[in-house]
Amino acid sequence: MAYEKVNELNLKDTELRLGLPGTGQVKEEKEVSCVRSNKRQHQSDNEEESTPPTKTQIVGWPPVRSYRKNNNSVVSYVKVSMDGAPYLRKIDLKTYKNYSELLKELENMFKFTIGEYSEREGYRGSGVVPTYEDKDGDWMLVGDVPWDMFTSSCKRLRIMKGSDALALDSAL
Amino acid sequence: MDRAIKLQLSTSEMNYFPDEVIEHIFDFIPSHRDRNSISLVSKSWHKIERYSRHQVFIGNCYAISPERLIRRFPCLRSLTLKGKPHFADFNLVPHEWGGFLHPWIDALSKARVGLEELRLKRMVVSDESLELLSRSFVGFKSLVLVSCDGFTTDGLASIAANCRNLRELDLQENEIDDHRGQWLNCFPDSSTTLVSLNFACLKGETNLSALERLVARSPNLKSLKVNRAVPLDALTRLMSCAPQLVDLGVGCYENEAEPESFEKLMAAIKKCTLLRSLSGFSEVAPVCLTAFYPICENLTSLNLSYAAEIQGNHLIEFVQFCKRLQLLWILDSIGDKGLEIVASSCKELQELRVFPSDPHDEEDNNTAVTEVGLVAISAGCPKLHSILYFCKQMTNAALITVAKNCPNFIRFRLCILEPNKPDHITSQSLDEGFGAIVQACKGLRRLSVSGLLTDKVFLYIGMYAAQLEMLSIAFAGDTDKGMLYVLNGCKKLRKLEIRDSPFGNAALLADVGKYETMRSLWMSSCEVTLGGCKRLARNAPWLNVEIINENENGRMERNEEDEREKVDRLYLYRTVVGTRKDAPPCVTIL
Repeated sequence: MAYEKVNELNLKDTELRLGLPGTGQVKEEKEVSCVRSNKRQHQSDNEEESTPPTKTQIVGWPPVRSYRKNNNSVVSYVKVSMDGAPYLRKIDLKTYKNYSELLKELENMFKFTIGEYSEREGYRGSGVVPTYEDKDGDWMLVGDVPWDMFTSSCKRLRIMKGSDALALDSAL
Repeated sequence: MDRAIKLQLSTSEMNYFPDEVIEHIFDFIPSHRDRNSISLVSKSWHKIERYSRHQVFIGNCYAISPERLIRRFPCLRSLTLKGKPHFADFNLVPHEWGGFLHPWIDALSKARVGLEELRLKRMVVSDESLELLSRSFVGFKSLVLVSCDGFTTDGLASIAANCRNLRELDLQENEIDDHRGQWLNCFPDSSTTLVSLNFACLKGETNLSALERLVARSPNLKSLKVNRAVPLDALTRLMSCAPQLVDLGVGCYENEAEPESFEKLMAAIKKCTLLRSLSGFSEVAPVCLTAFYPICENLTSLNLSYAAEIQGNHLIEFVQFCKRLQLLWILDSIGDKGLEIVASSCKELQELRVFPSDPHDEEDNNTAVTEVGLVAISAGCPKLHSILYFCKQMTNAALITVAKNCPNFIRFRLCILEPNKPDHITSQSLDEGFGAIVQACKGLRRLSVSGLLTDKVFLYIGMYAAQLEMLSIAFAGDTDKGMLYVLNGCKKLRKLEIRDSPFGNAALLADVGKYETMRSLWMSSCEVTLGGCKRLARNAPWLNVEIINENENGRMERNEEDEREKVDRLYLYRTVVGTRKDAPPCVTIL
C-alpha cells in the first residue's frame, strides 16, 4: 500500500481511523525491507514504502504447517459472551477448522443467526456482530484475518447485538 | 545400482539361470530407483522385475493412473502415494485441489491386488475409500496417513473392524473429523496383531477402556501414540500393560498431578526399559516430563515440538540427560543456551528440528534461537546430517562456520522468520553463507534458503549442489538468471518450489526438457505470465501445467485472454496419463 505524501506531510501519520481490523496496523518501527505481500504490487519494488507492511499479512509464511500452528497456539478454550445472555460459555477453538464451523456452532449455542460477512462491510443484515479480543487487548471483528492467525490470537469472544451492534454496523 | 554392477555378470550369462534365481537376486535390491534401472536392462529382466516388484513409490499421484500401475506391477503389495504439492502444507493450495485416494482403491480392489500396505501423504481420503479398503484386501497390514484429510473416525472404525491382520495404523498430523464415536471399540476381541497405533492427531474424546483392552491384548505393540484425551492415570495403566513399548506418544496431563498418580506413572515408566522414542506432550505441565527421567538415557528419538507449555529451562534439564539422542524436534523456546547444552550432551545427534513457538512474532519474545545456537550444534554434533531451523536472524560468518563444521549435511533447511532479512551484523545478503554450505556439503539432497538473497546464491547452488534433489525458495533472487543457474546446474533436481521471487517466463521456458527429469515445479507470486505458461504447455505435451487462481470462480473474472497477466500459482509436473479429470474450477490445466 502506498501512502500519499502531500506537501511532504505523510498523511498516514496524522490520520485518525476507527481502524478497520486487520488493515494497516503498524506495530512498531522496523527496518524497511522489501517484503512482498501476497497481494500483487504493480509498481516497482524499488519504491520504498513509508511505513512497512505488517509482518502478519503474508499468507503461508513462515512455512509452518497449520496443524502445528494450531496445536502450539497457547490459547485453546475461550470464553464466549453474548450481549443479553445471562451466562457465558466456553469453547475450544481447536475443534473448529474454519470460520463457518465456528459461527455455525455459535449460532447453535446462542440461538441466533449471523448476517452475511464481507471483507469490506463486516456483518450485515441481522444486527448481530461477532467480535473477539486479541492478544493486544484490542476488540476485533471475527473473520478478517486468516483462520489460524485468529485461533492463535483470540483470547475471548463477544457477540454483540442490539444497539451496540448497530452502532458498529454504521461506523463500518 | 552399485550392488547390481558388482555382481559382474553380463545379462546374457544371467539369462541361463531360471527366472526364480534371477528374481531371488533382485530381492536383494529393494531401492525402487535401482529396481527401475534393472527393469531397463532387457525385456526379460523387465518382465521378471515387474512380477517380482512388491513395493512401489509414486511421488505424484497424477503422474500415472492406477490402472497402468496395476498392469505393470500386478503383484503389488505395498504402495506409497503422494498427492498435493508440498506448499499445500502452508495453505497455498486450495482445499479441493485434488489428490483423491478413491480411484486408486477402486482400481486396486477391482483388480484383486493383494495390497498389504498403504502409505499416503497429502491425499484426500474419504470414509468410503477407507471402508472399501478395509473390505477389499484380506491381508491388509499397514495404513500410514500423513497430512491427509477428508475422512472421519467412521472411516477408522471400518479399518478397525474389518482388517483382521492389521499391524499398523499410523495417523500423522491429519485433519480428521472426530465424530466422537467408538472406533476403538470396533477392533474385534480377536484382534491381537497390532504393532503400531498412532492416533495423536484425533481431537475428540477417546474411549479409554476400549483403548486399555486393546493394548492389553496386543502383545506385539511396539509403538503407541495417544491423543490429548488420554490423561495421566490412563497413560499409567497403558504403560503398565505394555512395558514392551519402544515408541510412546504422550497425551495430556492434568496440571496438578497428585503425588500418588505421579509415583505410579514413574513406576510404570521405569519398567519400559525398551522405550527409545518419545513424543506428544501437547498439554503437559513441566513436572510431568520429569517422570521420564528414569529412561531418558535410553532415548534415541525425542519430539517435544508440540510441548508449548514447557518452558526452556525444563526442556534443557531433560534433554541434557538424553545422551543417546539421534533425533530431536524441539521448540525455539529452548534458546541458544539450550542448544549449546544439547551440543555438549547429545553427541549422537543426527537430525535436529527447531520450530518457532511464536511464528508471527506476536509476543515480545527474546528467547528464540539465533545463529549462535546453530553454530554450537554444528560444532558439538559430528553426526548431524539433517537440520530444520527456524530463527530470527543469521549471519554469513555463522553459516560459513557451520559448513566447515558439518560437511555431511544431507538436508539443510533454514528459515529466517522475516523475509529478506540480511546478515544482521554486516547487512549484506546471505549469498556467501549458503554458498559455503553447498560447497562444503557435497552430499546435500535437500535445501531451503531464506533471508536476503540475490542471484548469486543460485549461481553457487547451480555450481556446487550436484546431488541436490529438492530446493525451496522464498522471497529470493533478482532476475531470471537466478532460476536459470539452478535449472542448468543441478542435474539431479527433482522438486523445485518457488514463492514470491522475481523469476519469469525467460527462466521458465529456457529448457523445457529439464522438466522431464523432474517430478514437479511450483511457482507462486512470481513473474511468470499466462502467455508464458501457455507456451510451455504447447511445447511440452507430456507436462500438466496447472494454473491455480486466487478466486474460486476461475479465471472468468479477469481478462481471460490477457496473456500478460501474471499467474498467481503455477504447478507443473510430468505425467504419462495426460490431463487429469478431477480438477476443481479454480484450477485450469493448460
